[in-house]
Amino acid sequence: MVKLTKADVIHVAKLAKLDLTDTEIEKFLSQLSGIIDHVAELQKVDTSKVEPTSQTTGLENVTREDEIKESSLDQSAVLSGTDKTYNGYFKVPAILEGRTDK
Amino acid sequence: MNTQLPLTIKDTKEGLLTKKFSAVELVDEYLARINKNKDLNAFLTISDDLAYAKAKSIDSNLENLPLSGVITAHKDLFLTKGVRTTASSKVLEDFVPEYSATAVTKMEKAGAIMIGKTNCDAWAHGASGENSDFGPTLNPWNKEYVPGGSSSGSATSVAAGLSLVATGTDTGGSIREPANFCGVVGFKPTYGVVSRYGVIAMASSLDTVGSFGHTVEDVEAIFNVTKGPDGFDSTVANYQPRATDHKLKIGIPEEYFIKGLDKEVEESVLEASKVFEKDGVELVPVSLPNTKYAIDVYYIVQPAEVSSNLGRYDGIRYGQGRETFGAEAKRRIMLGTYVLSAGYYDAFYLKAQKVRSLLIQDFDKVFEKVDAIISPVTSTPAFKLGEKAMDPLQMYLADIFTVSANLVGIPGLAVPSGFTKNNLPLGFQLMGPRFSEDTLFKLGKLYQKAVNYVPKTAI
Repeated sequence: MVKLTKADVIHVAKLAKLDLTDTEIEKFLSQLSGIIDHVAELQKVDTSKVEPTSQTTGLENVTREDEIKESSLDQSAVLSGTDKTYNGYFKVPAILEGRTDK
Repeated sequence: MNTQLPLTIKDTKEGLLTKKFSAVELVDEYLARINKNKDLNAFLTISDDLAYAKAKSIDSNLENLPLSGVITAHKDLFLTKGVRTTASSKVLEDFVPEYSATAVTKMEKAGAIMIGKTNCDAWAHGASGENSDFGPTLNPWNKEYVPGGSSSGSATSVAAGLSLVATGTDTGGSIREPANFCGVVGFKPTYGVVSRYGVIAMASSLDTVGSFGHTVEDVEAIFNVTKGPDGFDSTVANYQPRATDHKLKIGIPEEYFIKGLDKEVEESVLEASKVFEKDGVELVPVSLPNTKYAIDVYYIVQPAEVSSNLGRYDGIRYGQGRETFGAEAKRRIMLGTYVLSAGYYDAFYLKAQKVRSLLIQDFDKVFEKVDAIISPVTSTPAFKLGEKAMDPLQMYLADIFTVSANLVGIPGLAVPSGFTKNNLPLGFQLMGPRFSEDTLFKLGKLYQKAVNYVPKTAI
């Protein structure tokens, strides 16, 4: 089985949008390695003739009519969880940087 | 209140309807008990104003509803309109929801009085209650011990008489394990029978909404109120209750009575099975050969789904930023992101989902022969605070007997069965096929009747 490296931990933290300290990276490297070694036991199981399960009661593609329900929240309720709003919208951090060449 | 605290829904309703006490007096009494037992750290928020308002409306118009006057604590994973809901995480420390979970609304309509929100492992990640960002909950039978988790505060609240019943969520044992450690009844329904709308998601293919009470009748009453589609959880669709009027058979799975199982736990479960046998239930030895892989499957599927569900917490629309996550949440996000990441998906997540199918086949085969399975809930009684807190792998292994029910999607009922020599609660669990909750309730009630079970509080 693959061995978890420090570079893996840093890469995964980036994917998960977590800023980890050096201490956390070291701690997770050893803890996650232990857990991954344990769950790697599953490689021993023969599953060549088995389909995967993600839904246990046999439902597939549950759909409903696309209607507006009366119970929808109004705008002020939706925005009530933050004070960072603008003109009835959520204010989000910039993801693009401004041009510096002009 | 000048009478004894009622410990069942029936006694509560009877007292109210015959005016032995009022709903307001009940709220007075429970709030006094909560205040006297703050050291247990069972509650994160007390909703006293709402509780008094509801009690007054009950007193002014006494009705015989399924949960009239039932003092209820909700795990702090259930959204409650106007009442802070934290998931026991600093990320949601100041979050006040704009709507309530379906389970909360249905219970309220059925006459329940919400008294407050209970502590738990943050985001429901844990088996001891110690992962709460607001400090651990204590076991009311012995404060040096953990109450189990993740629904730690709910189990403690019922065991200590701080609420008559409590809600919980069970993703890998988070109702049954704390119920077992605290000596109360804990019920996890079949996947997709009780709506999870408004309940903060942990692992969506495993999450279920259930409850705690002193008796099987009481968790059954809550199930009957909360079950059924609400149009907001697409997995709640095809409930087909099973018949219970034939001679019942209980299977004893050899893989659940293994090395490392505490002697007192083992004897107590076997003693309980004898109680069933005496009452005309046939005991059948059965085998679930893939049980040994359940915990590994669980610790791939669950963190994978956790990492996805916790992706929404970005501090933009509500709550604090991702730097606020505690150590266990970060650990599971990391683990889940890793097993889902490019190059590892097939080896971990897909493999786990395939072995999950094998586990399901094990149970389906056994349920062709028996109506239910009896097993220990955990391999030991409650452990001491701090004993496993530093070793996540040891803590994960505490879930070994409970995760299968979630992976297979079947119901589980944890029932108390006495105490150890050290006065810690013992218990057993019954598991049945999908939609067999009525069978489990029938068996659970049969047991509590056979042993003349008298509810008592720890404090």
